[in-house]
Amino acid sequence: MARRRRPSRAVGTLNGPSALGLGVALIWFSLLVLIPLAAVVSTAAAGGWDNFVTTLTNDQTQAAIRLTVVQSLLVTAVNVVMGTTIAWVLVRDRFWGRGALNVVIDIPFALPTIVAGLVLLALYGKQSPLGVDFANTETAVFLALAFVTLPFVVRTVQPVLEELELDVEEAAASLGASRLTTFRRVILPSLVPAIAAGAALSFARGISEYGSLVLLSGNLPFRTEVASVRVLTYIENGNPAAASAVATVMLVVALLVIVLLDVIQRRVSRRG
Amino acid sequence: MSIEVRNVDKRFGDFVALDDVSVSIPTGQLTALLGPSGGGKSTLLRIIAGLENADDGTIEIEGVEATHLPPQKRNVGFVFQHYAAFKHMNVAKNVAFGLEIRKRPKADVERRVDELLRLVHLQQFAHRLPAQLSGGQRQRMALARALAVEPTVLLLDEPFGALDAKVRKELRDWLRRLHDEVHVTTVFVTHDQEEALEVADEIVVINDGRIEQVGTPDQLYDEPANDFVMSFLGDVTRLNGVMIRPHDVDVNSTPVDGAVVGTVTRLLRVGFEVRVTVTAEDGHDVAVVLSRAEARGSGLAEGATVWLTPHRGALTVDARPAAGVSA
Ligand SMILES: Nc1ncnc2c1ncn2[C@@H]1O[C@H](COP(=O)(O)OP(=O)(O)OP(=O)(O)O)[C@@H](O)[C@H]1O
Ligand SMILES: [Mg+2]
Repeated sequence: MARRRRPSRAVGTLNGPSALGLGVALIWFSLLVLIPLAAVVSTAAAGGWDNFVTTLTNDQTQAAIRLTVVQSLLVTAVNVVMGTTIAWVLVRDRFWGRGALNVVIDIPFALPTIVAGLVLLALYGKQSPLGVDFANTETAVFLALAFVTLPFVVRTVQPVLEELELDVEEAAASLGASRLTTFRRVILPSLVPAIAAGAALSFARGISEYGSLVLLSGNLPFRTEVASVRVLTYIENGNPAAASAVATVMLVVALLVIVLLDVIQRRVSRRG
Repeated sequence: MSIEVRNVDKRFGDFVALDDVSVSIPTGQLTALLGPSGGGKSTLLRIIAGLENADDGTIEIEGVEATHLPPQKRNVGFVFQHYAAFKHMNVAKNVAFGLEIRKRPKADVERRVDELLRLVHLQQFAHRLPAQLSGGQRQRMALARALAVEPTVLLLDEPFGALDAKVRKELRDWLRRLHDEVHVTTVFVTHDQEEALEVADEIVVINDGRIEQVGTPDQLYDEPANDFVMSFLGDVTRLNGVMIRPHDVDVNSTPVDGAVVGTVTRLLRVGFEVRVTVTAEDGHDVAVVLSRAEARGSGLAEGATVWLTPHRGALTVDARPAAGVSA
C-alpha cells in the first residue's frame, strides 16, 4: 500500500542487492500473477469480440456479475466498519475472552471454504437452530462473503493500532480535542492505509468466492448465482472463451476497486 | 500561585508513585521538576495536565479547581519527550490543530500559526511533514503547537531528553530566552541537574514519590535540605562522617589539628582541575578536587601523606538519611 513520501532518494540508482531483490520479486510476480492473467485475457481475446459481447450481454451472466459485485461491495463496507471496530476492541479493551476472540477471528479464513459452506448451511439453512432460513437467497451470498472476509480488515488494522503512540492522543486531548475529534482527525488518518488494504483484500476475496457460498446460496440463475459459478458453468459446457471473458471483466472490476481504494486512502490520510 | 498541588497520592497497583505530594508552582516562572528516574516526575506532571488521575488530593490551576476536569478543559499545554507529532499533518497543520478545534476564523488561525512558527524559527518549514524535521525542530513544532492555544500553564516532560547533548544545550538556552519573551508559567521535567540549575527559576526536587526540597537553584546548591539533594545536585565525598563537595576539601602537607590523615593513592589531571583520591587511615577513600595551581603549590604526589580538613565555611551535611544541614 502507498506509504507517505519518504525523503526522496534518487530513482534509478539501485545498488547491487536491491537490484537483485527487485529482479527476483518481478520474476516471481510474473510467474505467479502476470503470466496467468495474461493467459486469461488472451483466451478471452482469442474467442473474438463477438464471443465477448455475446457472453457479456447474456442476461444470466450480467445478473451473476452484478450480484457478485454488489454483494462484495456491501460486505466490504460492512467489514470496514466492523473490522475496524473489532480491531479497536482487541487492541484497546481489556475484557474476559479477549485472547480467545483474537484466535477465533482467523477461523473463517483458516477453514477450507467448503467446510465454511457446511457451517453456514447448518447455521442459516433450512434446519437452522436459529430459526432462520436464508437458503437460496441473496442474503446467503452476503453471509458467506461476510464470513470468509471477516479477518482481513481486522488483521490489517490491528498491528497499526497497536503501534499508535498514546501520547499523540494525549496531545490532542490536551489541545482540547474531544475523543471523537481525536479519533476522526488523528487516529483515523493513520489507520486509513491499513483499512484500505484490508478492504481491497476483502473485496478481492468476495468477488472470487466460490466454495463457501455454493451450498447455502443454491446457485439459482438470476437470483443467487455468482460470477465464479458462472465461470465454472461455461467451462463445464466447453466454452473456455466465455469463461475467460467473465474472468476478464472480474479482473477489471478488481483493478478498478483497488485503484479507487488507493485514491480514497491517499485523500483521507493526507487531509487529517 | 499558579498551580497548587495538595496532598496528592498516586498508586499503580501496590506501587506508590506519589506519596502525599504538595507543592505550589509560582505564576510566570520557569520551574523544574528534578529527580532521578522513576521518582514520579512524569506522574506528577501528567496529573497536573489531567492525563492521569490522582487517587487522592487536589489540583488547582490559576485559582480554578481542576482535580476532576478532563485534560480538554484544563487549558494546559503539554510537550512530550517523543514529540507526539501528528504525523500525517504538516508543521503548520500541527500548530493550527488546537485553534481549528476551537473553530477560530481561518484568517486568525493563519496569522497565529505564522506568528508561532516565527517564534520557534520554523517559518520556512511550515509545509514539511514532521518526519522531514530533525528531532530539535520537531520539538520546537510541538512547543509551538502547545503555545498556540494560549495555555495557562505549559508543561514539558523531558522535552530535550531524546536529543543529543549539543542540541539539548542549545534548546535549553533557547527555552530560557523564549520563556523570558512569552512569560507563560512553565514546568519542565528533567533528570539532569545541570539543566535544572542552568535554566530554572525554581527547582522542585522529587525522589521516590516525595518532594525533597523546593527552592531556587542557589538555595538548593548552597543549602540542600538533606544528603539526597546535596548528592543529586553535584559531586560529594565523605570526610569524617559528613558529606562535602570535593572542591571544599583542603589538602595540607603538614599536620593539622582534627584533620583526617591519609595517603594520596591517585592523582588525575583533567583539563584545568586535578582530581585526587586520598585513602584515609580507616581505609575509606576521600575524593578531592583542586585547581592546577593549588595542586602544584602543595607539591602533591602519589604516596604522599596529607591532612584533610573542610574548607572554612564549606557546606557539609550529615551523611545519614534525611539529616539536616550542619554547615
Ligand atoms: N502507567 C503506569 N503503570 C504502572 N506503573 C507506572 C505507570 N506509570 C508510572 N509508573 C511507575 O511509577 C513510577 C514513577 O514513574 P514516573 O514516570 O513518574 O517517573 P519519572 O520520575 O518520570 O522517571 P523518568 O525520569 O524515568 O521518566 C515508576 O516506578 C514507574 O514504573
Ligand atoms: Mg518521566
